[in-house]
Amino acid sequence: MPAVRCVDVCKTYRQGELEVKGLDHVSLEVGEGGFVCLSAPSGGGKTTLLNAIGGLHRIDSGEIWLADRRIDGLGKGELASLRLHQIGFVFQAYNLIPVLTARENVEFVMEVQGVPPDQRRARSMEILEEVGLKGLEDRRPAKMSGGQQQRVAVARAIASRPTLVLADEPTANLDSHTAEQLMELFVELNTRHETTFVIATHDQRVMGYARRIVRMLDGRIVDDTEQEAA
Amino acid sequence: MIRGKVTLRLAWRNLWRNHRRTLIMLAAVIVGAWAMIFSTALMRGMVDDMIQDGIRSLPGDVQVHHPDFRDDPSVVNSIAPPTDRLLGVLEQPEVVAWAARVRVPAVVSSERNTRGVTLVGIDPDRERELSFVADDMADGRFLESAEDQGLVVGRKLLERLETDLGKRVVVMSQDEKNEIVDRGFRIVGVFESSMQAREDGFVFAGKATVQRLLRMGNRVSEIAVLGTDYRHVEGLRRRVEEAAGPGVVVQPWTELEPYLASMMGMMDGFVLIWIVVVFLALAFGLVNTLVMAVFERVREIGLMLALGMTPAHIRAQIIAESTLLLALGLAVGDVLAWATIEPLKGGIDLSIVGEGMELWGASAVLYPALRWEDIVLANVVVILLGFIASLSPAWRASRFEPVEAITKV
Ligand SMILES: Nc1ncnc2c1ncn2[C@@H]1O[C@H](COP(=O)(O)OP(=O)(O)OP(=O)(O)O)[C@@H](O)[C@H]1O
Ligand SMILES: [Mg+2]
Repeated sequence: MPAVRCVDVCKTYRQGELEVKGLDHVSLEVGEGGFVCLSAPSGGGKTTLLNAIGGLHRIDSGEIWLADRRIDGLGKGELASLRLHQIGFVFQAYNLIPVLTARENVEFVMEVQGVPPDQRRARSMEILEEVGLKGLEDRRPAKMSGGQQQRVAVARAIASRPTLVLADEPTANLDSHTAEQLMELFVELNTRHETTFVIATHDQRVMGYARRIVRMLDGRIVDDTEQEAA
Repeated sequence: MIRGKVTLRLAWRNLWRNHRRTLIMLAAVIVGAWAMIFSTALMRGMVDDMIQDGIRSLPGDVQVHHPDFRDDPSVVNSIAPPTDRLLGVLEQPEVVAWAARVRVPAVVSSERNTRGVTLVGIDPDRERELSFVADDMADGRFLESAEDQGLVVGRKLLERLETDLGKRVVVMSQDEKNEIVDRGFRIVGVFESSMQAREDGFVFAGKATVQRLLRMGNRVSEIAVLGTDYRHVEGLRRRVEEAAGPGVVVQPWTELEPYLASMMGMMDGFVLIWIVVVFLALAFGLVNTLVMAVFERVREIGLMLALGMTPAHIRAQIIAESTLLLALGLAVGDVLAWATIEPLKGGIDLSIVGEGMELWGASAVLYPALRWEDIVLANVVVILLGFIASLSPAWRASRFEPVEAITKV
């Protein structure tokens, strides 16, 4: 059973008179344990697709399935619970709660899930070290660089051990070395825990790690290639 | 499920993110809480004083009478003095004081004037703790025993009779057979009272002397019992009633003095209204603060929703912030109120404005009465109404669209 299945999904943004096709009859299947890159020029529809899969958008038509569950049409509460327990997010624009420290941000999802404190703490410390933020655990976002904040967001997305990670430009703001480290971490989680990854990016370094690249243009899928991962 | 700890931590941090705004709001809550409790204590003190004074003017918290005494307070409707069984109850610590009195309508005549009064035959030692006269002696002496032959009258009555301390007057009444009885008394003492009707309407003589005059043996008109708390007299009343046996009625002061009782009830309502009014003044600031705080945080609230917090979580979050702020303000306000009332326990001298106050039956020294029921009421009302006031901002926050927050750059 595929981890993610989109069937003929359409989503149109309306701004007054103007209509923009965010998703134009998109169909996509990602197998369990898949590692997929969405690649498109700016405005191609990457973010829209990730948000639709994550239940953050209402779609106009089509179906979205996560494993055996159809999620378009679920209520707000059900979608929230789904996101909380199954999906790890790295958002494109805004990720961290400003009043919480790096560690507390990483633990936030787990805390809402109800993971016991010591377990939470152990996991957040471990992952923060893996993303290269050891020593910065008690900093608040305002006192960190864009790249550091990005890594905290990634750490949060994977700390709760979701079955699906949706990452929107996770390597933006990162230097090559850190970006590679991060991707290696993703790959490791992907192989070790069978976590499914869907990563939106136009970063060539990222695409190198993917086993499959889906290219989009103007809200449509224009190319879908399997490749040997680096 | 709503995770209390993370909610509280976020609430606390969010409060201190805009120090100035929070401190201003906090100051308002503190002052509001203080004002509620402090002024309530003053009002309570004033009304307590009026009621207690009223009860002490003669009644006592609980009274034993002949069933017909209230309709016809004459010597015919007298009762036997306390039996041993009743004395057993009256000697309990829940009774602060008790007294048996003779109380009949009478006429007092001086050489110039005649006035209708209530003649009260008392046992002075017992009345000292019970009624006002002993404390309020202005001139001469108080009665010394139940056998005392002298008469104590109010200042006002003295003026009306156009007589003076040391002069003789004649007191006239009826005995059980409706025969006129009279006796000459020397005025040995003059009392003053904050209520004119008292100065005007009561004369006091020794109980035994009055009993002899009325040829009533050792019978009395009423047995008055003063308990420890005038607000809760039902228990005492029931025990007195059981011990007093049949043939008498035992009534609480609330029945004997319905006007005073209704004042007490009104006061409770008034305190609640007052607390609510002060809160409403606060509520505008509170709602405003919350709405500002919510709209400043559109993005992070959206983020929390996107990460899987439910709208209910978000509502709880905003309500927690509001409640935390109020609880903090209340705690400080409570302590402040206590700290400012405690030193005033000894009484606030109002004699500068005292003349006017006494007309209302209040005395010139005000004893603030800090009651924990009032503190609890103020706190509960503020928290409860605060909860209601924060519902609307909380509701708005929970309706934010998560995508808006995380996609806008
Ligand atoms: N809230 C919105 N209102 C109107 N149009 C929108 C909105 N969000 C996205 N769009 C439009 O939908 C199309 C797809 O946008 P989307 O953000 O999905 O692209 P993207 O591939 O993520 O781009 P980028 O690489 O810049 O993040 C674009 O034309 C964009 O202008
Ligand atoms: Mg995007």
